[in-house]
Amino acid sequence: MDETKFTPKIVGFLCNWCTYAAADLAGSSKTEISPLFSVIRVMCSSRIDHNLLLTTFFNGADGILIAGCHPGDCHYDKGNYYARRRYALLKNVMDTLKLEPERLELSWVSASEGKRYADVVNEFSKKIEQLGPNPIKKSSVF
Amino acid sequence: MNKVIKIENGTKQGVLNFLEHLITTDKISGVLTLRKINEKGICDYGFISDAKELKFADPFAPVMPINAAQTLSSLTPTTKPIAAIIKPCELRGFVERVKRVQGSMKNVLLISYTCGGVLPLNTFQGDGSEKIIADYYNAISKGETPGSIRPTCKACEYFVPMMADITIPLLGNSESESECSLIMNSEFAIQISKEFQCEIITSELDSKIIDKVLAVRISEKEKLYNKTKVTKDGLDELVNIFGKCVGCHGCSRVCPICYCVMCDFESHNFDYNIEIFETELEQKGALRLPPDTVFFQIGRLAHMSFSCVGCGQCEDVCPANIPVATIFKKVGEATAGLFDYIPGKDLEEAIPVMIFKEEEFEEIGK
Ligand code: SF4
Ligand code: SF4
Ligand code: FES
Repeated sequence: MDETKFTPKIVGFLCNWCTYAAADLAGSSKTEISPLFSVIRVMCSSRIDHNLLLTTFFNGADGILIAGCHPGDCHYDKGNYYARRRYALLKNVMDTLKLEPERLELSWVSASEGKRYADVVNEFSKKIEQLGPNPIKKSSVF
Repeated sequence: MNKVIKIENGTKQGVLNFLEHLITTDKISGVLTLRKINEKGICDYGFISDAKELKFADPFAPVMPINAAQTLSSLTPTTKPIAAIIKPCELRGFVERVKRVQGSMKNVLLISYTCGGVLPLNTFQGDGSEKIIADYYNAISKGETPGSIRPTCKACEYFVPMMADITIPLLGNSESESECSLIMNSEFAIQISKEFQCEIITSELDSKIIDKVLAVRISEKEKLYNKTKVTKDGLDELVNIFGKCVGCHGCSRVCPICYCVMCDFESHNFDYNIEIFETELEQKGALRLPPDTVFFQIGRLAHMSFSCVGCGQCEDVCPANIPVATIFKKVGEATAGLFDYIPGKDLEEAIPVMIFKEEEFEEIGK
């Protein structure tokens, strides 16, 4: 294996009711998916709070993908609308502080969208690969 | 145009006469005000219930020993009316707290004034402060921005109180030594002052003065933001600035918005144990102790910056001289701006994270 090649570590917070099922579907239909993608199953995209995301970054994730049900389809009715606001907020803070907001992404993927799931993950992985490693990862000052 | 009470006295004395009337006629049980606690001019916030004690009151002192929003939270809800005479940003902080059910506006006669800014705590109480304070009053009576005030005060656009029952024109008021006007903004204010013997006219704040001050404040804000490298150079600059943080968390303790009794950053969630040490050491080969340079601040920025009222208290208490308030004000302006939110402007306006609109951010997640 090429030692210098950077393989990004990406964490996906997937909503149990849609995107997690989509991941399953993608898996069972043998769609090719970027291997360094660790999935954390959450009950709803609104379960994710800022400190959870920041902890993930500070523990060395190169990218974070939040994925949940399309607007209007949340299993708990409105959870994803709150999640969307919170996501926009953290992105905005990262943007103002020039903290590579590209490392954080949100996508809506329904249970039947196995193909879309694979595309979203692969595209995001490619983006993070181009961006390079999260500078926090190797630094001992955090 | 509003109803305005005119008092034949200097502004400070006039306000004290008015408060004396409210206390002695039992309209209020007391008033929260700044007061002098010794000959040297040291100030604190006190709740005065005996009119005789009003002689120590110094309601316009340009200092913020604590952001009064915190004090008002502990004084309310109250069954008997009280008065509070506080600065516009403290009032906004209080409104933000009330939105978080950390206090109540009911039965509180909120008196505020057009604010010339406050001096840093050490300037107000330090050597040569008498002259600095005299210069301060002189400057604000002319509607000028004193060079000695907190950086975020110089850059504050919200020096006209919002949500006050009574507004007092102080900034740019050249007659403040000889006259006193109390602008009544609410029915509560009109009712409670009905028996007060005085001249009543209709008037309003002088918009020429407001506009003039506003223009200066806006240009000062640009200057301040331009100086703040933290929003230009990313992580490196953030580490550069917060690398000297001593981790006292004083900035969040004095913040009127950070009300959480159990701050997540002080919980066991952020404890380090040997396993975490070992994993990190394996990855990094070294570790900062105690851990954390910027997580605490980025976390707080995401959690509350949209409600930051820019009072400057955090920056003033920081033992490491970190421009905390400047950073929070700047980041907060952006986060609040996402939702067209102005913290403390209107009690009816919900905190951005508590609501949503279905038709917004529609480009996200596509
Ligand atoms: S007051 Fe200053 S030193 Fe203390 S935690 Fe805040 S930034 Fe760090
Ligand atoms: S973050 Fe600082 S400037 Fe903003 S409200 Fe809190 S103490 Fe005041
Ligand atoms: S249940 Fe899927 S986003 Fe709420």
